[in-house]
Amino acid sequence: MSDTSRASTKKALPEHFKAYKHVWVAVELEHGVVHPVSFELLGEGRKLADKRGVDLAGVVMGGDEASVLAAAQECFEYGADLVYTVTDKVLADYRNETATKALTDLVNSYKPEILLLGATNLGRDLAGSVATTLRTGLTADSTGLEIDDEGSLAATRPTFGGSLLCTIMTLNFRPQMATVRPRVMAMPARQPGRVGRIVEHPLGLAEDEVVTKVLKFIADRASNKAQLAYADIVVAGGLGLRSAENFQLVKSLAEVLGAEYGGSRPLVQKGWITAERQIGQTGKTIRPKLYIAAGISGAIQHRVGVEGADLIVAINTDPNAQIFQFAHLGIVADAIEFLPRLTEAFRSYLSVNRLAG
Amino acid sequence: MHIAVCMKQVPDSAQIRVHPVTNTIMRQGVPTIINPYDLFALEEALRLRDKFGGEVTVLTMGPPMAEDSLRKALTFGADRAVLLTDRFFAGSDTLATSFALSAALEKIAAEFGETPIVFTGKQTIDGDTAQVGPGIAKRLGLNQLTYVSRIAEVDQAGQTITVERRAEGGVQLLQTRLPVLITMLEGTNEIRRGSLADAYRAASAKLVSWNAADAGIVDLAKCGLRGSPTIVKKVFAPQARAEAARMLAVEDGAEAVMTEIFVRQPALEAELMRFASGQ
Repeated sequence: MSDTSRASTKKALPEHFKAYKHVWVAVELEHGVVHPVSFELLGEGRKLADKRGVDLAGVVMGGDEASVLAAAQECFEYGADLVYTVTDKVLADYRNETATKALTDLVNSYKPEILLLGATNLGRDLAGSVATTLRTGLTADSTGLEIDDEGSLAATRPTFGGSLLCTIMTLNFRPQMATVRPRVMAMPARQPGRVGRIVEHPLGLAEDEVVTKVLKFIADRASNKAQLAYADIVVAGGLGLRSAENFQLVKSLAEVLGAEYGGSRPLVQKGWITAERQIGQTGKTIRPKLYIAAGISGAIQHRVGVEGADLIVAINTDPNAQIFQFAHLGIVADAIEFLPRLTEAFRSYLSVNRLAG
Repeated sequence: MHIAVCMKQVPDSAQIRVHPVTNTIMRQGVPTIINPYDLFALEEALRLRDKFGGEVTVLTMGPPMAEDSLRKALTFGADRAVLLTDRFFAGSDTLATSFALSAALEKIAAEFGETPIVFTGKQTIDGDTAQVGPGIAKRLGLNQLTYVSRIAEVDQAGQTITVERRAEGGVQLLQTRLPVLITMLEGTNEIRRGSLADAYRAASAKLVSWNAADAGIVDLAKCGLRGSPTIVKKVFAPQARAEAARMLAVEDGAEAVMTEIFVRQPALEAELMRFASGQ
C-alpha cells in the first residue's frame, strides 16, 4: 500500500464501466437496528453524490419486511434519494455468504460508481469479499473522502499506524469501494418525514443452499462497553497512571461525569483494561463532546482515534508530550495527583447546583 | 490435518519514523517482526495440529528478508515455511496480494497436501486493511470465518467446523463446511515459546522459496502494480493542529479546568446537571 510508484497510473476508464453511476451506502441492519455508522456514511455519501450530480442510495438487506422498510425510511431521513432493498429470510442474521451474494448482485444489476461500507467487523467481512468478487479496488478505514477534478473518489486513510496518511484511488475499475470506521464522519442531521424511492430486489437463495449456519447469537451483556465509540464524554488513561490500581482514578471521574472510560493500547497489553476499551488506531475511534486524556503521551496511533472529539483535555507531566500538539486544553501535571482533584471539582459543583435546582 | 497460516513480516510500528522532508517511512534500523495479529492465527493452527495430528505450513509473501519471520515461526513449532518472493509482486495492493497468496496456497495443497483450514491474522499493523483474508477466501472458494474468537469443534469425519465469531453487539456461533479461511481475533490465545528442538530445527531448516512461476502463476498482469486496481495518489504526514493547546497551570486548580471546559462546551454543563439530577 505504501508503494508510491503506483501514483503514476493514469485514468482511462474502460467503456463498460462508464454506465456506473450513483453513490451507494451498504446499510448495516442487524437484529432490527441500523448501525449508526450507516447514517454517518449517508451524510458523507450525500456530499459525494451532490458533487458528482448523482443520486445517493442506501442498500438495506434484511430478513423481514418490517425492519427493512423501517431502515429504508431512516435512510431517506438521513439523506438517501432511493433505497435498494433485499428482503429474504436467509438474510436475517449476517452471514458473509448471503450478504456477499445480495450486494454483489445489486452492484452488477444497478452499477454504482461508489460503494461505501462501515469499517465494522460486518463491513470489513463483507467489503473484502465483494471487492474480490467484483475484482475492484477497496480502501479500508478511510478518514477522508473527496471527489477529485476528474470525478474520481479520493479516499484518504492512515497507514503505518497513523504515522502517514495516503490518498488512494481506484481509477479504472468500478465501483470505487471504501470502508469508514464508526465515528470518523459526523452524524448528519435527521430530516423527519423525508421520503424517497424504494427498489426491491429478489435474492433467490434458499436456506438449504447456504452452507454456513448461525447456530446461536449470544448478545453482549447490557454493559456499556460497546458504547464507548458513541459516548458524549470519554475519560481515558495511559501509562502515566503507573499502575493498574491507579486506573480507578479514571473510572471515578468517568462515574461523576456519566462518561465512558478507556485507555491507550499499552494498557490493554498490560492487562489493565480489556481490548473493547482500547482507544486509537487499532482500537475504537471516538468522537465525544469532551475527551479527557490522563497520562497519555499521545502517540500518532492514539491521535487518529480521538481527533474527532470536540474538546480534548490532556493531563501529562511532560510539557513536550505529543498529546499537547492536538489537545485543546492542556495541564502539565501528574495525572495521579490531578485526576482526584478534577473529580472532586466536578462532584462538588454538580452536587451544589443539583441541590440549587 | 494440514493447516496453512498466512503471515506478514511488518516493521515494528512503535518504532516507525517518518522523514520530515520527504514524507517517506525511514525503514533503516527499524526492526521487523511477525505481524502480531498473525501470532494468534499461528498458535491456533499449532493447537489444532497438536490435537488432530498433521502439519502446519506457514506462508509469507515479501522480500527475501521475510525469511526471518518464517524462521521465527518455525521456532514456535511450525513444520514448514514457504516464502513467496518475486519482483513481480512489488506494489501489490490487497487484491493483487490475495491473488498471489491464493496461487501459493493452491500450490502448497498440491505439493504438501490439502489444507482444510487456512488461517490469517485479523489484519496487519502496517496496512490495517483486514482485506487479504476475505480476498483469499473468495478466490479459493473457502467458507469465510472472520474475527473468530474460539474454535468450538472440528468434525473431520463430517467435514464441519463450529466457531465463535465476534459480531456487532455479540458473538455468533457459526457452523460451516470445510475447507475454511479463518481470521483469528487478537487476545484469543498466547503464542507458545517453542521447544529447544524446534529452535535447532528452525536454525538449520531449509525454507521453501518460490517465485511467481514456481507458485504456478501464469498471468503476471494480475500481480504487483499491474494487478492492483488501487493506486496510491499521495502520501503525506498528518497536519499539526493550527491552534495550539491552551495550557493551564496546576496552580490554577481543577476548578479552572472545569470552568474552561464549560466555557468551551456550554451545552455540556446543562447535560451534566441533568445527569447529576438523575434525569
